[in-house]
Amino acid sequence: MNNNKLLLLGDEAIAQGAIDGGLSGIYAYPGTPSTEIMEYVQASKQAAELNIHRQWSANEKTAMEAAIGMSYAGKRAMVCFKHVGLNVAADAFINASITGVNGGLIVVSADDPSMHSSQNEQDSRFYGKFSMIPILEPSNQQEAYDMAYFGFELSERLNVPVLMRITTRMAHSRAGVQRRESRPQNELRLPSDPRQFVLLPSIARKNYKKLLVSQTAMELESEKSAYNQMIEGTDKSLGIITTGIAYNYLIENFPDHKCPHPVLKICQYPIPRKQVTELYNSCSKLLILEEGYPLVEEMIKGFLNIGKTIHGRLDGTLPRDGELNPNIVAKALGLTVTEGEPVPEVVKNRPPSLCQGCGHRDVYEDLNEALKEYGTGRVFSDIGCYTLGALPPYNAINSCVDMGASITMAKGAADAGLVPAVAVIGDSTFTHSGMTGLLDAVVENSPITVIISDNSTTGMTGGQHSSATGRIVEICKGIGVHPDHIRVVTPLKKNHEENVKIIKEELAYNGVSVIIPQRECIQTFARRKKAEKKETNE
Amino acid sequence: MKNDIILAGVGGQGILSIAAAIGLAAVNSNLYIKQSEVHGMSQRGGDVQSHLRISDKPIASDLIPAGKADMIISVEPMEGLRYLPFLAQTGWLVTNVTPFNNIPDYPNIDDILSKIKAVKNHIAIDADAIAKEAGSTKASNIVMLGAASLFLDIPFEKIEEGIRQLFGRKGDDVVQLNLKALRLGREFSEKNK
Repeated sequence: MNNNKLLLLGDEAIAQGAIDGGLSGIYAYPGTPSTEIMEYVQASKQAAELNIHRQWSANEKTAMEAAIGMSYAGKRAMVCFKHVGLNVAADAFINASITGVNGGLIVVSADDPSMHSSQNEQDSRFYGKFSMIPILEPSNQQEAYDMAYFGFELSERLNVPVLMRITTRMAHSRAGVQRRESRPQNELRLPSDPRQFVLLPSIARKNYKKLLVSQTAMELESEKSAYNQMIEGTDKSLGIITTGIAYNYLIENFPDHKCPHPVLKICQYPIPRKQVTELYNSCSKLLILEEGYPLVEEMIKGFLNIGKTIHGRLDGTLPRDGELNPNIVAKALGLTVTEGEPVPEVVKNRPPSLCQGCGHRDVYEDLNEALKEYGTGRVFSDIGCYTLGALPPYNAINSCVDMGASITMAKGAADAGLVPAVAVIGDSTFTHSGMTGLLDAVVENSPITVIISDNSTTGMTGGQHSSATGRIVEICKGIGVHPDHIRVVTPLKKNHEENVKIIKEELAYNGVSVIIPQRECIQTFARRKKAEKKETNE
Repeated sequence: MKNDIILAGVGGQGILSIAAAIGLAAVNSNLYIKQSEVHGMSQRGGDVQSHLRISDKPIASDLIPAGKADMIISVEPMEGLRYLPFLAQTGWLVTNVTPFNNIPDYPNIDDILSKIKAVKNHIAIDADAIAKEAGSTKASNIVMLGAASLFLDIPFEKIEEGIRQLFGRKGDDVVQLNLKALRLGREFSEKNK
């Protein structure tokens, strides 16, 4: 193995590939398992020297739109988020396939099959198909690097954004990566067609027809792509199609990684119809191995439904949910799996929990006590560290649906007559997508109490910049919350009684109240102190 | 050769430093490596694992198949037991015996230790006590690495080199402390294997 290789996470490989491929700006909102892409660019000396834009955005939609703007100006842009972030960005994302690009545009969406750190396991490839653009799905860290490097070219050549789809395992696994020579950034250059980015219906119709026509070109790209490979095998009783990292789980099961069956390894979409047809015609039946939803399986059953058996997630050969692993694939192939000893009964579950000394703990203690007289079942939560308040010992919240949903759900419940209704949201989540919901509540003077638990960071993903820091009170005033009902408190043991009293007062108020418990995240606080100490020593 | 290792512990206990030290040693020995780790919600005091694979041949899967791990290195006694289905018949369980108790129903430590002793090849080490002897309880994960190093197909000098690389920026005192922790861990395994 070459010693010049960098040892990189899949996320980091994407970041380095993009930098070397002529990136001018990266836009993102943190979300596991995508966070480390932006973090790598932010920490990169090379990116700093090249003056690459690398600041977190307020949410995934603003990130996506800024990236489209950078592409409009002729430069290469990347936008990154987790799978559910693509839902937030979906409006802009889908339309970007109609505007097309000027500078290359790569959209990275990191899926989380098995829901290691997410509320669902949706498959971003469906968005790529929906948007009718090429998808790149790396099977290893080297491909992740190469795809980011070359993805810009593909995007510029086909005049569409390119979706790069990874899964948790790809994002958070480390391996050796060989770098390529850095390519300079594009010059500033306006689109040659001044109306390309104007999606008035008359123009959009023309653009859409162009997109439809270019589907053939995309398919040809896939058929000749080096990322899609037909690997010969002598046992044609079965042909196997893998996508992304499923290939690795397949070959793990064979000595010297040689599968006896013919394998079509797909890492670029649209599905290469020529190779699929070839495999189908030469084998008795097919097995489809893919991470996520049965996208390829459904499509192949659709366009080749002429009698042969197709095994996969749909017929139960593989589980319908969860991430793949070598054992699941072995069982699908009818191979024996030798497990070690079972887990002894003495082993107990160890769920994640709020850090010792975290301010959210005090918020929940205050809130639970203030709500005693009303009973449980009134607290709508959002997504962040404080969502862990759903678990014992607090059992303090009753919902976790999507970013921003707490305020709007509380409003809906209040509309239904559940008064008082409480929303708990974090500072970063509030600027991500809580502000507009608060405006709805203000417009109707809904009887809700909103707790913005402000730890001055995006905590769950490891302490990234929060767009809300230092702005929450002003934002709430600007949105129209009455200043008498914007209450800033400090969530500490010694303030317990006072804070309970304030929450009770606001619960009794028949209108919109905002309570802002402010205390820095204990993790970022410790890191900051350590850094400050280091600075004074130097 | 191949070393398939499960690293086990609780979020924030420093298993990724062990992975990084072995990773550096492997890279410096011109070996292939794949290492998969946990980020995000699970890290917040929950159980975490990292799959670390080292080989002189290309590695396919980022995840180790069940029953194929050559070693479980656990910085906490109960967490080592959680991954027994991954351990091969001939594999080693190398575990710290000091519990990390952040749950209300943490089991009786004697029950855990008896299950550890029932594993054919095991090293049960009080890494916290040995780390203290080396100079800081913070180095207990490096004591664990030292204890595990005896069963790795990587020369011990390469692991020492990995430690120097990993802690080099923090100054020579930190490097020396961790090298001492590493050696004490190794000596424990030599005496108790």
